[in-house]
Formats: sequence, C-alpha cells, structure tokens
Amino acid sequence: MSAPSTVIDQPPSSGAASLLICEHCDTVYQRRPLARGETAHCARCHAVLERHHSLGTGAMLALVLTALVVFVEANVWPIVTFGLNGTDVSTTLWGMIATMWTEDAKVVSLLAAATLFFFPLVKILTLGWLLLFGRVGRRAPGFRALMVMLHYLQPWTMSEVFVLGVLVSIVKAHLYFDVIPDVGVFAYAVLVILITVFAGIDLRRLWDMVPEPHA
Amino acid sequence: MSALPRASELGLISCHVCGLVCRDAACEGMVCPRCGTSLHRRKTASFARTWALLIAAFILYIPANVLPIMRTASLGDVDDNTIISGVMELWAKGSPDLAVIVFTASILVPLTKFLVLSTLLISAKRRSQWARPQRARLYRLVEFVGYWSMLDVFVVALMTALVQFGFFSLVAPLPGVIYFGLTVVLTMLASMSFDPRLIWDDKGDDD
Ligand SMILES: [Zn+2]
Repeated sequence: MSAPSTVIDQPPSSGAASLLICEHCDTVYQRRPLARGETAHCARCHAVLERHHSLGTGAMLALVLTALVVFVEANVWPIVTFGLNGTDVSTTLWGMIATMWTEDAKVVSLLAAATLFFFPLVKILTLGWLLLFGRVGRRAPGFRALMVMLHYLQPWTMSEVFVLGVLVSIVKAHLYFDVIPDVGVFAYAVLVILITVFAGIDLRRLWDMVPEPHA
Repeated sequence: MSALPRASELGLISCHVCGLVCRDAACEGMVCPRCGTSLHRRKTASFARTWALLIAAFILYIPANVLPIMRTASLGDVDDNTIISGVMELWAKGSPDLAVIVFTASILVPLTKFLVLSTLLISAKRRSQWARPQRARLYRLVEFVGYWSMLDVFVVALMTALVQFGFFSLVAPLPGVIYFGLTVVLTMLASMSFDPRLIWDDKGDDD
C-alpha cells in the first residue's frame, strides 16, 4: 500500500507515456517511479494502478522455461491413482478429457482441454517467445498480435482451479476407494505457485520494456 | 474527490488492451497506435451485452442446479447427485471444509455474481453516486473469483475419469454439469463486458 501517483492538472503537450489512466475509473495520473515492493493505488477507486517490478526479462524467461518443464510433467504424469482389490488405476489430464468426450459431455471435455491444456500451453509458449527476444532488447516477430492475444487469453487459464478440483475429487473418491495423489498433481501444485508469481507481473510492461523498432 | 481529473475531461483515452494513453480524437474508428485495437471511451454496448450474457447465464443456471451433475453407481446402488446434494454428501461423509469450499465456488459465487452484476448495471445506468468505492470493490471481487466456479465441473470430470476402468463401480457425468460449465463461461463473459468506469460516470458524461 502506498499513496497514489501525483495527480496532474494539465494534459501534457507530449509524452503520453508518462501518464497512467486507472482502468477501473478513468482517473488520470502522472507516472512516478515506485520503490521496491511498492504498489500504487488509485485514489478514486482504490484499484491497483501499478506494482514495482524487480524481475527483468531474463528472470521472467527463466520462470517461463521452468513453467514449461513443470507443465509438461503435470500433463504426462498421472494425477491420481486409486487402488481397488489390489489393482491400481490412474488417470492423467488427457485421460480425463478423453473420458468426458466419450461420456457425452463434450462441452465439458472441450472446456477442460481449452482451459487446462491449450490456453496455458499457448500462454507459456507465447511468453517464452516474446521474452526470448525481449531479453536482447528486441521485439519478437508477431509481437503486437501476440501481446493482444495474451491479453484476451489471460482470464481463461484455470490450472489453479483444477488443483483444488483434484483435492476435492480425492476426498470424494475416498468414500469408495483407496485414493492417492500422484506425481502429476504435485507438478500442478508447483505450476500454481509459478502462476501466482506471474499473476503479480503486469505483462503489459513488455510494451514499454521492448522499444518499437522504428521509433 | 472530484478534483481528480478523469480521462474524458482531459481529452484522453486509454486502450482497453494495452493500456496506452492516447489523445481522444473524438471521431469514429480511432485505433490504438501501439496495439492496433480500436479505441472506445467505454467498452462497446456494455449495458446491453452484460445484461444479455447475465440473463442467458441465469437461465442456464436453473437446469445446472435442478438437473443432476453426476451419477455414482456402486453395487447396484444408483445415486444421482445435484450440485447441492454433492456438497451435502461431502459435508456428511468427506470433509466439511472442502464442502464449504465447493459450496462457495458453485453456489455462492454464481449467485453473488448475478446479484452484484445486476446491482452494478442498474446503479450505473441510473448514474447513482451511492457507495461508489464499495461498488468498484465489488466488481473487482466478482471479476477475481469468477472462474473458481469451474471447480465442480473439474471434479465431475476427474471422478468420471477415475472410475471408468471397468470396475463394478461407475461414475458418469449427467447433463447438469454441462449447463453448469456454460453458466460459468457466460458469467465470466458478463463480468468482462461490464465496464467499471460506468460506476464513476456522472450525468452529462456520455459514452
Ligand atoms: Zn481508479
């Protein structure tokens, strides 16, 4: 928590980049540098305007690559194993998606495939691509379109909800069988931690971090 | 509070996608020079779109709760669970704390969204000055918790996948879960269509 940025009274003749408009109430502020760990809040509606960022593109790229490794593991390894009369069965995320498809819950199957697999994967790969170039101060090919896509993709990745779902399922299935969480779910738990770290980063700052090629 | 300048008063406009501050040219077809998205002072047709999505979500919410979402069959004993009976089962036999979480995610959150978004739509349309900071906070809350309602959909999917391996017990998804998934998607779209700036618009401001 901290005081908001200075309020401006005159529109500047140039340099709109030094201005900041609250996305929730349209109040205009003059940008000011934030100290470590500081967050600027809107004085009118108290929404978060800006956070201090300590991670550079290199650190973010490292995070994305970690996320990619963990994501692959989370999807390859079984999530839950249950035992019944000495036989062990387990399922992966894709096992779940395929089952829903054959069980005539195709809508659910598509929702799960999109929000738990495709969207998170596209997000990780896109970020990796943008940061790979951003690290050397360049705009990746397709930068503009990819940044716009990331903006629209943001709300539709639900891995963290899934982890809670696994927990509930384990407890529920426990009413009938012996159930044990499997490696996959731990990979998911790590993924959720990484997602939380990323949620604190305003990806829009990539626009400012990487300059326009001809500007 | 009124001393804080708003974008419209300064002839500025912020891009909905990339957040760039642009000069408001006050004409049709303005485009953000940075990301290429068309610029609008407020989200396009926010009231109409939010109402439409909210009403559609509410209509689907009825079968989502009335119809069973999951069938568990064990030793000839068939048990069809609705969302609420699943919560009660979890409360009675499983773990009460998870029951509270599921209840919050699948009953409380969607109902709160319906109530909060309708209140926001009505009060913003009337340009009401009542409890503006609180309403703004409510909107951010609704936007933040929205997708957690998908919890029960994933639970049904996972349970089905777990118990589909030819044992005498069987778990199958039932139509309620499809309606519920669609309700969550529609309420998410509804809260995205609402423009929180409308809460702060006074009479005389136009969109
Ligand atoms: Zn604000």
